[in-house]
Amino acid sequence: MSGFTGGIQLVYVLAAACFVIGLHLMNSPATARRGNQVSMAGMVIAGVATLILMIHYGTVTATGWIVLISGVLIGSAIGLYTARTVQMTAMPQLVSAFNAVGGGAAALIAIYEYIEAEANAGGVLGTTTVFTLLDVIIGAVTFSGSIIAAGKLQGIIGGQPITFKGGQLLNVALAVVAIGAAAFMLTTASLPALLVVVLASLAFGVMMVLPIGGADMPVVISLLNAFTGTAVAMAGFVIANWALIVAGALVGASGSILTKLMADAMNRSLANIIVGGFGTGDSAVAAAVAADAQVRSIAADDAAIQMAYASKVIIVPGYGLAAAQAQHGVAELAKTLEERGIEVSYAIHPVAGRMPGHMNVLLAEANVPYPQLMEMDEINPEFGRADVALVIGANDVTNPAARRPGNDISGMPILDVDQAKSIIVVKRSMGTGYAGMENELYFDPKTSMYFADAKKAMAELTAAVKTLVG
Amino acid sequence: MSTALVTDLTIFILALLVGFEVIGKVPATLHTPLMSATNSIHGIVLAGALLIGVTAHTVVGYILAFIAAVFASANVVGGYVVTERMLKMFRRKAQPQVPAQPQPELDGRPRS
Repeated sequence: MSGFTGGIQLVYVLAAACFVIGLHLMNSPATARRGNQVSMAGMVIAGVATLILMIHYGTVTATGWIVLISGVLIGSAIGLYTARTVQMTAMPQLVSAFNAVGGGAAALIAIYEYIEAEANAGGVLGTTTVFTLLDVIIGAVTFSGSIIAAGKLQGIIGGQPITFKGGQLLNVALAVVAIGAAAFMLTTASLPALLVVVLASLAFGVMMVLPIGGADMPVVISLLNAFTGTAVAMAGFVIANWALIVAGALVGASGSILTKLMADAMNRSLANIIVGGFGTGDSAVAAAVAADAQVRSIAADDAAIQMAYASKVIIVPGYGLAAAQAQHGVAELAKTLEERGIEVSYAIHPVAGRMPGHMNVLLAEANVPYPQLMEMDEINPEFGRADVALVIGANDVTNPAARRPGNDISGMPILDVDQAKSIIVVKRSMGTGYAGMENELYFDPKTSMYFADAKKAMAELTAAVKTLVG
Repeated sequence: MSTALVTDLTIFILALLVGFEVIGKVPATLHTPLMSATNSIHGIVLAGALLIGVTAHTVVGYILAFIAAVFASANVVGGYVVTERMLKMFRRKAQPQVPAQPQPELDGRPRS
């Protein structure tokens, strides 16, 4: 390492420090925006350092500059356009798409370095090759897997788990082929073997995500996020660049933490989710709901009376709320209640939404102040003091059956909605949730059901409350 | 194992530990912006994509450099812009509503 390139590495370390500080500032909503800006500054520093390094080498051809500059302009335009226009409900798809391109770019770097080394020196053997191959495999799996995940979230590919006989066997076979070809390349430089590794890894990514159901997406996105980070770190090893190594490690750590949090919130192991096929209805349902149990339905006026004369209302939003685009409606209802001096807060289960924290962003967009957004552990002790719990589009995460052993959701952390003095559930029909079992909460004598589409229900309830107190 | 590799591995492991420590403190409320922010951070892969240009002198090299540059810059630009857009929405107090749609029929009677 010469003095010059050593200096550039130090600038890269400075950029990496900005990323760490930026992430640190995300520990509170009040400083998060500054954190993103610090991180952005780090990225600019890294970009400038890279340009200086390229000019210093002086070997970039005119064609090379044209290719790179046009690539950057086109990519930036695409990124800018999608980032500006994307709906907040579509954030999971966008994050998946960014995982795909990030992982793809990391894989391309390794592929290029391998081809280059093969052409110049008849192959690079040794430790760098291990990282090159890891980069190709992880990057390619992330690329194709994230595209499938984005397709599922966007509804282009069915959200239902897609499984077929021998699917698991095919996965194992693909993994064996990819790793086998990679192992061969450790001793023999071979471009055809590289092609085999790339294709097998791409196929593996597709096959890994296809059998995973829509509601498991928070876990899958987090996992692919961790993969992307790891692929980028591997690319850093390949080209000996500290900025890539540190940034990749940070993203890998973040993705891993989120993957674990999401899997814990569903009380399922990662292996169980990857194997897939959950909620396909082949397991015996063991809910303690008597055959003749009755649910009570409620009219808008009565629901409005309950809420308008409450002193504390907790709103429990689930993905059904976002699917019905009712987040603005619920914010309007909450505002009306607050104007009456009623204390309103939102109970957000970790897996409410299609990615970690998704529901918070949807509600923030609907102008809900963040101090009202409460995490599960914060809000659970509060339910006992709540006069009304209003459940909208959430199902399994409110089912008290999770507290008992012996059923599909046993042990899953739930919101203690049943502790509230009265419960109003907004739901389109009596259909079961993702786990395919009856929700005992609906049969609780304190519970009344308001059967309507979430968006329509919010408008009706808001109007009813306003008429009542107007 | 070369010294350079040992250095790289040390940096990688320390960065992982720092990552676990820092990310563990991010509240669940911010998990989506966090993921989006880490998304933009892995956009640093753009540096690697650009550096392909230093040695690329063949058609295959140019094609790989081009695709990698498109991917990485979409990642980095889009990531930061959308994270900023999201974080702007997190407010301590509700903003006064922009008077886009007044609600005439509901205000027919005076408020009590």
